[in-house]
Amino acid sequence: MSGALQDWKSQKKPFAAVVSAPVFWLALFFVAPMAIVWLYSFGQNAGPADIEISGTLDNYKRATEWLYVSIFLKSFAVAALTTLLCLIIGFPVGMAITFAAPKWRPWLLLGIMLPFWTNLLIRTYALMALMGSNGYMNKGLGGLWEGASWLRTLVGMQPLEAWTPVQLLYNNFAVVLGLVYVHLPFMVLPLYSALDRLDKSLIEASLDLGAGHFKTFMQIVVPLAAPGIVAGVMITLIPALGAYLTPDLMGGTDSQMIANVIERQFKRANDWPFGAALSFLLIYAMFILIAFQSMRSNKVKAA
Amino acid sequence: MFNRTPIAPLEYTRKLWMRSWVGLTMLFLYAPLILLMIFSFNDSKRNVVWKGFTLKYYEKALNNDSLVEALVNSLTIAALATIVSLVIGALAAVALWRFRFPFKGLVEGTMSLPIIVPEICLGVAFLIFFAKVDWPTDLPWPLNLSAITIAHITFCFPFVAMVVRARLASFNKEEEEAAKDLGATEWQAFRDVLLPHIRPALVAGALLAFTLSLDDFVITFFTSGPDTITFPVKVYSMVRFSVTPEVNAASTILILLTVILTFIALKLQGVKGIAETH
Repeated sequence: MSGALQDWKSQKKPFAAVVSAPVFWLALFFVAPMAIVWLYSFGQNAGPADIEISGTLDNYKRATEWLYVSIFLKSFAVAALTTLLCLIIGFPVGMAITFAAPKWRPWLLLGIMLPFWTNLLIRTYALMALMGSNGYMNKGLGGLWEGASWLRTLVGMQPLEAWTPVQLLYNNFAVVLGLVYVHLPFMVLPLYSALDRLDKSLIEASLDLGAGHFKTFMQIVVPLAAPGIVAGVMITLIPALGAYLTPDLMGGTDSQMIANVIERQFKRANDWPFGAALSFLLIYAMFILIAFQSMRSNKVKAA
Repeated sequence: MFNRTPIAPLEYTRKLWMRSWVGLTMLFLYAPLILLMIFSFNDSKRNVVWKGFTLKYYEKALNNDSLVEALVNSLTIAALATIVSLVIGALAAVALWRFRFPFKGLVEGTMSLPIIVPEICLGVAFLIFFAKVDWPTDLPWPLNLSAITIAHITFCFPFVAMVVRARLASFNKEEEEAAKDLGATEWQAFRDVLLPHIRPALVAGALLAFTLSLDDFVITFFTSGPDTITFPVKVYSMVRFSVTPEVNAASTILILLTVILTFIALKLQGVKGIAETH
C-alpha cells in the first residue's frame, strides 16, 4: 500500500459510512463483554446471583496457588508438545507439497485442508471411536501382540499372555494425540506457504557445492523457512493452549487444561469472578507469546 | 518406485520415505473420518464389527426431532452470521485500506483480537455479557438465536476483513479515480468498480465465515440456552452421555455437507485460490 491513503477529513461521509458499522459492532459486542469480564475479575460473589466489583485482588491471588499454577504449566507443556509433534510431522509434508509435481500440488493441499474445514467435534469423536477399547487401534495393537507371541513360540520361547485391550482414551496421551490430530493442518499450511516462496536454486547450489541433504536442510532450508516455522508454531500453540474440547472429551481426571478449569468456574463451581481472572491470565499469556514473536521478527528485520 | 528417469536432487516427493510419510499423515488425518462414515451404515450397535448394510441410523437421526432442530438452528445461525459478517468485514477492510484516521492502529489491533483471544475466553465474555444486559431468552424462533448469532458474527467478521483486505491490496486505485472523473458518484464507483474486484474475496470470506460458524462449539456452548441447541452442542451431549450410531449418521451428513461446500468453493475459486486464503 502506497501513500495514497485518504485523510478521513477530506471524505467525511464515505468514511463514516464504512467505518461506523465495524467500530460500533466491535465496541458493543467485543470490547464491552471483555471489559465486563475484566471488571468481574476484580470482584467477589456477594450473593447467589450477585457479583460485587470491589477491586479485590483475591481472585488473582488464588490463581497463584500451586494447584492452578501447575495446571497452567501443564497446559503449556501439553500445547508445546503438541506443537513440536505437529512441526515434526508437518515439515516433511510441507516439503513434499512444495516439491510435488504441479498437477499434484493442489490436490495434496486440498487433502490437508479438507479436515481443517470439517467440524472439530466430529473429528474428535471420530478419533475417539477409533481409540476406544473396542476400536481399531486396540485391534491393531492386539494383532501385533499376537504376532509377537507367535514369533516367540517360533524361537522356542513361551508365548505371551492373551491380549487385553488397553485403555487408550481418557489419559494425557489421548489428549496430545487428539490435539495433534486437530491442529496438524494449522501447521502444514503456513509451512507450505513459506517453503513455496523459498528460492529453490539455493538448495541446488548447496547440493552442487558438496553439502549433503541433511546439512543443506539444516543450514539452508530451515533458516529460510524460519518465518513459516514461527507462524506455524504460533498458529498451533495458541489454540492448543486454550483447547477445551479435546481434554474434556479425550482426557482423564488428571488431564484437564486451563480452559476446562475456566469452564468449571462458570458452570459447576459457579465462581464467576475467579473464572474471569483465570480467563484474563490466559489472555495475558497469549499476549506474551505474541510479543515474543513480534520482538523476534523485528530483530530479523533489523538484521 | 519404478521410474525410468533418475530422481533429481530436488524431487523429494519421488523419494520413497517422503511418499510414505505423506501417505501415513493422510492416513492419520482421514482414517478416523472414513471409518466413521463407513460404520454409520453398519447394522450393529457396537461399532467395530461389520454386520451388514443398513440405513436405519439415518432414519433414526432424521426422525430425532431435537437433532434435526439443532441442525436447522446451526444452518440458520451460520447463514445469518455469514451475511452480517460479510457486510461488516468488507466495510472494515475498505475503511482500513482507504483512510487515514486517528486511532487507526487501535481499531486495527482490536479487530484482530477476536481471532487471537482463546475461544473459551470469548465464550465466557458472552455468557457474562448476555446475563448482565438481560438479553431476552424467550423470543420466538429465529430471534431466540440472536445471542448465538451475535457471538458468531464477532469472531467471523475479522476473518472476512482479513481476506478482503488482502484482495484490496491488488486493487488499482486509478480505476476508481477514472470512474469518478467520468462522473460516477462515490456509491456508483464503489458498486461498479470496487465491488467486482473484491468479489472473489467476498466468496472466500463467506465460505470461511459459514464454516467457522457451523464448526463452533465452545462459544456456542456458553451462549446457548436450553431451547437454542446447535448441532455441535447437540452432538456433544450425545457423545458425552452415550455414543450411539445415530451420531455417526448425523456426523456423516455434516461431513458430506462440508465436502460439498469445499467443492463449491473449488469450482468458484480453484484450489490455489482457496489455499491462498488460509
